[in-house]
Amino acid sequence: MSRPSSMRTPLGRVRNLGSSHSGTTDFWRQRLTAVAMTLLIVPVIVIVLMLIGRNHAGAAQILGSIPIAIILVLFIIASAWHMKIGMQIIIEDYVHNETLKLVGVMANNFFCIAVALSSIYAILKLSSGV
Amino acid sequence: MTARIERPLSPHLQTYRVTLTMALSIVHRATGIALYFGTLLLAWWLIAAASGPGAYANVQAFTGSIIGKLIVFGYTWALLHHLVSGIRYFFWDLGYGFKANEREALTWGALIAGISLTVLVWIIAYTVGGGR
Repeated sequence: MSRPSSMRTPLGRVRNLGSSHSGTTDFWRQRLTAVAMTLLIVPVIVIVLMLIGRNHAGAAQILGSIPIAIILVLFIIASAWHMKIGMQIIIEDYVHNETLKLVGVMANNFFCIAVALSSIYAILKLSSGV
Repeated sequence: MTARIERPLSPHLQTYRVTLTMALSIVHRATGIALYFGTLLLAWWLIAAASGPGAYANVQAFTGSIIGKLIVFGYTWALLHHLVSGIRYFFWDLGYGFKANEREALTWGALIAGISLTVLVWIIAYTVGGGR
């Protein structure tokens, strides 16, 4: 254990031993979703501004139009994924009890999936005419 | 094997002198947490729109109230600050902006841009629809 007894490199021996047990996948996906949202933020803000002051019928009509629904679904997927990774990093940083950490990471997944899927379901329902 | 190796520990926040970039790093994480729970409002709003006029009126009553407006205003700032502050990280990820004056400028820029954009969006919001 104390001295290298095989051909494994120092990197190979420590790999997967960090608090997250995995590599740079989440780092990359966090940047990927961040760039996606940076591109989508202006249309999303315009959509929200279009909805201000409208009653339900007007809002439902706008939210149900095809380009607007697509933009919102893309933004929701990117943001749910981004916040799932972000909150997991926070949990891994501050929760040191292994059981609590697992529970936290699991609850985080449930929360993000529930928020994303219920929002997407609502948009699809509006798109197909309530 | 038996001797315990004294490894260097990473000191926590209270050890450091507060600097601008450090404070904004904490703000970035804090706005991220706020946005995380703020998505509940977004989901509520979309589900209400899909549910019908009664449910949608409830959301509008909330976002039109003083507390509702404060929350939505805070949410707008958290979103836009996290966005422009996040753009700083793109520069740093690509290897630019690490000199002292550059990272200070980027950080001040993010702070000012986040507040300015929030005010701008709310001016447009009031011009377009007279608030929520």
